[in-house]
Amino acid sequence: MATEYASSGEYIKHHLQNLTYGQLPDGTWGFAHGAAEAKSMGFWAINVDSMLFSIGLGLIFLLLFRMAAKRATAGTPSGLQNFVEWIVEFIDSSVRGSFSHQNALVAPLALTVFMWVFLMNLMDLFPVDWLPYVAGAAGVPHLKVVPSTDPNVTFGMSLSIFILVLFYSVKMKGAGGFFSELAFQPFPKFLFPVNLLLEGVGLIAKPISLALRLFGNMYAGEMIFILIALMFGGSWVLAVFGGALQWAWAVFHILIITLQAFIFMTLTIVYLDMAHAEHH
Amino acid sequence: MNFNATLIGQSITFIFFVWFCMKFVWPPIMNALETRKKQIADGLAAADRGKHELELAAKKAGDNMRDAKAQAAEVIAQAEKRAAQIIEDAKTAAKEEGDRQLAAAQANIEQEANRARESLREQVAGLAVAGAEKILRREVNAQTHADLLGQLKAEL
Repeated sequence: MATEYASSGEYIKHHLQNLTYGQLPDGTWGFAHGAAEAKSMGFWAINVDSMLFSIGLGLIFLLLFRMAAKRATAGTPSGLQNFVEWIVEFIDSSVRGSFSHQNALVAPLALTVFMWVFLMNLMDLFPVDWLPYVAGAAGVPHLKVVPSTDPNVTFGMSLSIFILVLFYSVKMKGAGGFFSELAFQPFPKFLFPVNLLLEGVGLIAKPISLALRLFGNMYAGEMIFILIALMFGGSWVLAVFGGALQWAWAVFHILIITLQAFIFMTLTIVYLDMAHAEHH
Repeated sequence: MNFNATLIGQSITFIFFVWFCMKFVWPPIMNALETRKKQIADGLAAADRGKHELELAAKKAGDNMRDAKAQAAEVIAQAEKRAAQIIEDAKTAAKEEGDRQLAAAQANIEQEANRARESLREQVAGLAVAGAEKILRREVNAQTHADLLGQLKAEL
């Protein structure tokens, strides 16, 4: 399908562009056509595809689990309940392993993070052209189906978690305790500007690295799928080779998407545990 | 990589999802898991208790059996002893009865013999008197010799 585009560069760019709704340069509101237009919309624009897919996937997760939760009995579990219990127990043991304080929020948070990120990453396994092609036929100019390749999505989560980390740091240690943790170590107190700089960077790095790790992995994975998809526009030999490559990369990607969801969840738990911990 | 209001939308969505999960998904499932864990633990404890009770019951049954056996043996021994005694008693009673009957028979015989002897004596005396009467009829007056005859009769 790369042949529909003027160049492979344009094909790649097209696939990496979100469907952005905002104020167009001429003052009207509408969808951006191209990256430059999307950029000119400034902050008050919204990536409709990211929102729709992430909310849809989140709702699938919540409805599925809610259904199982409603029907949950202490008797012999079957089918859906078995599957849901398996995941819940996995998350619960992870939380028990890394989080050593009492907080009813952490386990459901970890479950939501894991399942949501996993489902968003899972969209990566759809062949890159399927959904955008269908959308294109329906008149939608751009469609990015993997929400976790949108930094807005990953930062949206990591910043929410960062706010929780700050909240629990202040709640558990008090504002003074939190400040002294940042300012009075690892060096002696009189070097507190250095300490503050070091610890401040460490603190800020948490949400940024959390979001960028997921975004980077997914973005790179998506990019490779797009590059492989470019091969289908070449000779049939190249197309067959591309098919094999896509299959291999998809198989490998199953591991990556699960691993990234797991890492995101584990780091969320660890950061919250550090926020609760009295001492470093 | 341009940031826009999606960031805010995602944060709100995320917070809503976490809230929903915390309120409506996590507690019922954990509840079911905990209840099941407790049920299984209870079941295992009950099984252990049942096993223990079975052991106790088996031990008690064994004790009862042993007691019953001992009691039965005792009863049999008593019965045997009693039987032996009854036989012994019967023997003694029979012997006594025999002796008694023997004695009675002997006494009877003796009495009969005495009676026979008495009647014989009477008859001999009668005969002797009759003989003597015949001999003495002519010379001896019966009336004069009656006391003599009576004396003789008493002597015989």
